[in-house]
Amino acid sequence: MSVKVSMNVNGKAVSAEVPERTLLVSFLRETLNMTGTHVGCDTAQCGACTIHLNGRAIKSCNILAMQAEGGNVTTIEGLANADGTLHPMQEAFRQNHGLQCGFCTPGMVMSAVDLVKNTPKPTEEQIRELMDGNICRCTGYHNIVKAIAAGATSMAANP
Amino acid sequence: MYQFKFQKAKSVAEAFAGLGKDGDAKLLAGGQSLIAAMKLRLSQPSALIDLGDIAELRHIKVETGTVTIGAMTTHATVAASAEVKKALPALAMLAGSIGDRQVRNQGTIGGSIANNDPAADYPAACLGLGATISTNKRKISADAFFKGMYETALDAGEIIISVSFAIPKRAAYVKFKNPASRFAIVGVLVADFGSSARVAVTGAGPGVFRIAEMEKALAAKFAPESVANIKVPAEGLNSDLHAQADYRAHLITVLAQRAVAAALT
Repeated sequence: MSVKVSMNVNGKAVSAEVPERTLLVSFLRETLNMTGTHVGCDTAQCGACTIHLNGRAIKSCNILAMQAEGGNVTTIEGLANADGTLHPMQEAFRQNHGLQCGFCTPGMVMSAVDLVKNTPKPTEEQIRELMDGNICRCTGYHNIVKAIAAGATSMAANP
Repeated sequence: MYQFKFQKAKSVAEAFAGLGKDGDAKLLAGGQSLIAAMKLRLSQPSALIDLGDIAELRHIKVETGTVTIGAMTTHATVAASAEVKKALPALAMLAGSIGDRQVRNQGTIGGSIANNDPAADYPAACLGLGATISTNKRKISADAFFKGMYETALDAGEIIISVSFAIPKRAAYVKFKNPASRFAIVGVLVADFGSSARVAVTGAGPGVFRIAEMEKALAAKFAPESVANIKVPAEGLNSDLHAQADYRAHLITVLAQRAVAAALT
């Protein structure tokens, strides 16, 4: 049994026949071969699979591809400019050593961009509270929080 | 996850018709509990009927004395709503404390109360704020809606349309949350309706429940000290690796006082 699913991913229309039970994250990684979005816990706790669906950050391991049918999806691959210049939040993670092993980073960055969109000038406390849906197994939160604060400033300067 | 059929409903009538055709079909709201349960094979519906495209189920309406939320309204929308924050700030705060940001962007009020997880937050809001649940068939009071662990008064083929909350003089929700899942180990909602008060507890027992003795004391005087010496027996409360029943019983009294204090500030 399969079903046709169509959506817009990073500005490009995509479509495929997949089994009904296909998760959005499997559709991205296995059908579209876009492996930037990671699967960490697969139980909607760690946030490594965070993507944007219609402009809101969600966990792509916890929804079906069919729930995103007709929607607009942005993944970590769609964040940088076409010429390869990093998004201000990606650049801030790089500058502040916000990556350690890098596994949680795509989810952290996607979640952070959504955070700053809804809370443009977050305090350190707000960042720590509002990033509670993303877990770093290296437990390197200090630099991640620093990176998000810097990224917020830089996003405000480059809207 | 077991294989299933998938249908996107364009209207409540279409979803109802879909349920009628297949007795083992389930409605899919945001899916933040259902998809996880299906992945663990704790739930195996033969078909899913997705309510995600039914725009009429996503709305917020504030009228004299009530706040009405459409079943498919996300927690993030309720938490950020200027209207809800003004009319019933405790409800906006409660919605903003569910899960994490990503879950709040996808999870819905209808899905949450239909699932009736014993540690979920919205059942406490419904019971504590004397909510009325409107379905495609009837109106159900929160007191009659929640039937214990994962059970509700919903019949087969019954679909939640909206939830109407009574606006109290003041209210607050305080929860002691599990830091990993963000579910309530214990959560207490208190509401002052002037001549009466309501106290609803989630997380502590097999389902959300009220505490009549605290309500009586708060109706006489809405102050933290009114509930300070009212103990709830540990018998029948949940015991798990996060908290034993006697600790949960202790938390109820502590959190009820904090909730009353928060409502008064």
